[in-house]
Amino acid sequence: MIQLDFLAVLTEWPALLRGAAFTLGLSAVAALLGLGLGVACGWARSNGPRWLASGVSAYVELIRNTPFIVQLFFIFFGLPSLGIKLTPEVASVIAMVVNLGAYAAEIVRAGIDNTPRGQVEAARSLALSELQVFTRVVLPPALGRVWPALVSQIVIVMLGSAVCGQISAQELSYAANLIQSRNFRAFEAYIVATAVYLALSVLVRWLLNWAGPRFVFGRLPAAGR
Amino acid sequence: MVDFSLWDIFRNLGLAARWTVGLSLLAFVGGGLVGLALLLARLAQWPGAQRGVAGYVQLFQGTPLLMQLFLAYFGLALLGINVSAWVAAGLALTLYSSAFLTEIWRGCVNAIPKGQWEAADSLALSFGEKLRHVVGPQALRIAVPPTVGFLVQVIKGTALASVIGFIELTKAGTMITNATFRPFTVYACVALMYFALCWPVSAASRKLERSFRRDR
Repeated sequence: MIQLDFLAVLTEWPALLRGAAFTLGLSAVAALLGLGLGVACGWARSNGPRWLASGVSAYVELIRNTPFIVQLFFIFFGLPSLGIKLTPEVASVIAMVVNLGAYAAEIVRAGIDNTPRGQVEAARSLALSELQVFTRVVLPPALGRVWPALVSQIVIVMLGSAVCGQISAQELSYAANLIQSRNFRAFEAYIVATAVYLALSVLVRWLLNWAGPRFVFGRLPAAGR
Repeated sequence: MVDFSLWDIFRNLGLAARWTVGLSLLAFVGGGLVGLALLLARLAQWPGAQRGVAGYVQLFQGTPLLMQLFLAYFGLALLGINVSAWVAAGLALTLYSSAFLTEIWRGCVNAIPKGQWEAADSLALSFGEKLRHVVGPQALRIAVPPTVGFLVQVIKGTALASVIGFIELTKAGTMITNATFRPFTVYACVALMYFALCWPVSAASRKLERSFRRDR
């Protein structure tokens, strides 16, 4: 007979809470920096000089065709032999930023490429500088168009951060692992952690959908979409 | 200490890569079958299928694959089934793939104009005939590029099976690192091998998508 004892896990709620907060923190930093990197790479691929564009596409292809866990291990275990020593937390953030940056670059580029030509021409005819054209005219509606895809990608990266526990970054899956090593209730510990991840992914999705129009790209007139 | 040349590292990783390929194929084919069954249940509008499958998809897309692997590993053990990492990883990745594939394919079926269903209805075709002769062939054409694209996701997903002790490419990389103390070289080789596996698949998916767009 199977006997489940969730109470043994739930009494360790402070550890779970700390883990969840850590996961959220990691994801928030990675989302901010990753989006920045994604926008920069998206710009480079659609407007940048040719050498930069091809460099960026090599980066995007390399990241999109290798597993996150290998990228993480390479950064955490591999880089120290070049003299770059990183704490688990910093390595996790770097890996998440590099990973999100590559996916976001593709998404942002799709948004930029769909900008009607007339809008760019209109902006130029108003004597805006190229930088102004990009940051004021092209980028906001482009981000608005692809925001749902970016939100999904950020959620995917957050769920992917469960792997960071493997290099002992103290996030949610690490907390679950710690709990099950204390009370041997492995299945229950991971069920609870999985439920928390599910709640986090719903929460983050909701939060980003709410925050996007307010803080990232502004309210767009229907014609701008 | 054993001396490992670069060639030894590559050779051993290549041997381990066979397990990555095997597990990927198992999960992809198994996931495809389960995903197809779920899709059919949805299309046939079984009571509760709509909600049930939507919940299933949400569950697998909203939780980390790593947790799913742990749950399969410890859950099966709890049921008293003596599990090897093979079984647990195969099961978890199959379910994971089925959730994604059923959602991808549902999108493809939804992309078929409603008039096609109605025309098939007016010809008094049965549910099976409608699928086989009218909707299926059209949906299949749209479905090929994203399905091939998802295979890349599955291959990358198998890397997580290393965490529950399944010896594939990533796990072999860790083991070789422990023997050689050359993590930089070894993990670079591991990444290169994944790239060699995944990139052709990604490229094929893109090419299929372009040729499909041209045909329209």
